[in-house]
Amino acid sequence: MAVSVDEAVSTGPARDHTPSARRLGGRGRSVLEVALLTVLAVVMLFPVLWMIETSIKENRDVYAIPAKFFDFKVTLDHFKDVFASSGGGRSALSVSFLNSVVVAGVSTALATVLGVPAAWAYSRFAVKAKKDQLFFILSTRFMPPVVVVIPIFLMYRQVGLIDSKLGLILIYAAFNVPFTIWMMKGFVDEVPAEYEDAAMLDGYTRLQAFWKFTLPLLLPGIAATAVFALIFSWNEFVFAIFLTSSDNVRTAPPAIAGLIGGTTVDWGLVAAASVVFALPVLVFAYLVRKHLIAGVTLGAVRR
Amino acid sequence: MSGPAPLTTDQPGQVASATPPAPGWSRRLSDRGLAVTFISPALLLLLAMSVFPLLWALYLSFTDYSATRGGPAHFVGFENYIAILTSAQVHLRAWTTLIYVVGAVALQTVLGFSIAYLISRRTHGRGVLTTLFLVPMMLSPVVVGLFWRFMLDAQFGVINSMLGSLGLGQVEWLTRQRTALISLIVVDTWQWTPFIMLIALAGLTAVPKYLYEAASIDRASEWFRFRTITLPLVWPLLLIAVLFRAIEAFRLFDLVYILTSGGPGVSTETLSFHVYKVAFLGFNTGTASAYGILMVLIVIVLAQLYLRYLNKLKED
Repeated sequence: MAVSVDEAVSTGPARDHTPSARRLGGRGRSVLEVALLTVLAVVMLFPVLWMIETSIKENRDVYAIPAKFFDFKVTLDHFKDVFASSGGGRSALSVSFLNSVVVAGVSTALATVLGVPAAWAYSRFAVKAKKDQLFFILSTRFMPPVVVVIPIFLMYRQVGLIDSKLGLILIYAAFNVPFTIWMMKGFVDEVPAEYEDAAMLDGYTRLQAFWKFTLPLLLPGIAATAVFALIFSWNEFVFAIFLTSSDNVRTAPPAIAGLIGGTTVDWGLVAAASVVFALPVLVFAYLVRKHLIAGVTLGAVRR
Repeated sequence: MSGPAPLTTDQPGQVASATPPAPGWSRRLSDRGLAVTFISPALLLLLAMSVFPLLWALYLSFTDYSATRGGPAHFVGFENYIAILTSAQVHLRAWTTLIYVVGAVALQTVLGFSIAYLISRRTHGRGVLTTLFLVPMMLSPVVVGLFWRFMLDAQFGVINSMLGSLGLGQVEWLTRQRTALISLIVVDTWQWTPFIMLIALAGLTAVPKYLYEAASIDRASEWFRFRTITLPLVWPLLLIAVLFRAIEAFRLFDLVYILTSGGPGVSTETLSFHVYKVAFLGFNTGTASAYGILMVLIVIVLAQLYLRYLNKLKED
């Protein structure tokens, strides 16, 4: 670094500016940067805003040409249609939302119960071929889902797990275990092993030391990890569409995708369903915003 | 290596043998038992749900098995693999996938890094901005695909509506061969630019302040500071983000399925989507399995690269 700083001295022209002129130029730049950021933010958020807007528009405004941005009548009919079917009673969509809650919730719990102890063991003990094991675990997460789904489909057909919530729960848990192990290993590494050693000197067994001293310290990390697993299961589509077929098993992503099957698409309903479906994810994502980097890179990169 | 090395390596061995073995033994044994009981359930689930299916696919890839026809599978050797590797169709899909992966990842990297750079220069509202920019990444590909299908609709889509009010012509985004692939790249970029942004931002905020202070004392130009301080320090992390995105883009399926279903024609048919067609529409399970195995091999190579860079980063 020292070398490059020395070189910097010789890049003269900047020196000739008077301080006031430079500050003015700096302010112009900063205005430009804020403007650029605003434009980018608008572009990035526009699709989301447009979907929310569509979900509260009346049908005739949804299909208006040119598109109506402001003067439209607000209606909550589409949201009503998401939850209640036209003939009364619950809609197929609301059933699928419920299925998503069950499948995502149980698979996350399973992945956490299996993954957290494993992560602790990998972090604390000298396991044979640890690096290879960890690479193997991570690599299962990188498999193209559409490739894995072919043999899983055959396997499930054989054992009768096709079109069952249990089948989805198992495959989602298997997909979340690698993530849980990698992310939790990072959290466990941060808890000094000396805590457990000290507890064991006090007469606790290794297991008790883990349970009484390390686990409580890991709870925030477990919560963050579980939320990421939950988001993944909630959003997953490929396994859901190929391994389920009936309305009372199907989760929300394939159910929402199914809304565009016909010749005419009720975009108001699609928008409302998407908004309802996305809301929990956004809330959860906000809760784990501190761990986002670790979460989206499977815990492999930490901030 | 030679010289004093043997002396120093001898010492620890002697010390180890001098310690009383009994308590250490029992503890190590129970530790091993604990490690096994804690690790094996997770590994068993992975073996059952990932390795076993993959081995099954490997077996099927050497047969002419078809899931609908049923019946016994006949061993055909490397026929499926040869058929795939020499198929002009597959070559075309490989090109489509390559264009898509390179195009999307390149766009995301440039955009994501630019946004991160702009945000990192702000002192106020950084958290809010970051959170807002992250929204697309959190959404399900299904929702994203539907959003954009609606917005890109040729008749009443808001994009064409805006183009129209600007006096520009209408574009049939998803129904023309070339624009469909561009649309796919744009949508993927929209969803995953935040990912690159997030990683780049982490790298940018980790650059020690004193380096910039030293540079500004020496009145180094903005560009010079960027080129010699910022970029070299952020680069390794950015490279990991790029690799990660490349793996994800390579195996992408859901967005293609929702947005274009591979069409029009086969213009947006990526390798992932083609596997699906061979397996679930053509029911050539054997061929599809061979195809899948080849894709898995590519992913494993990419994942190896990813991990190698990761280890390098951790060592620094």
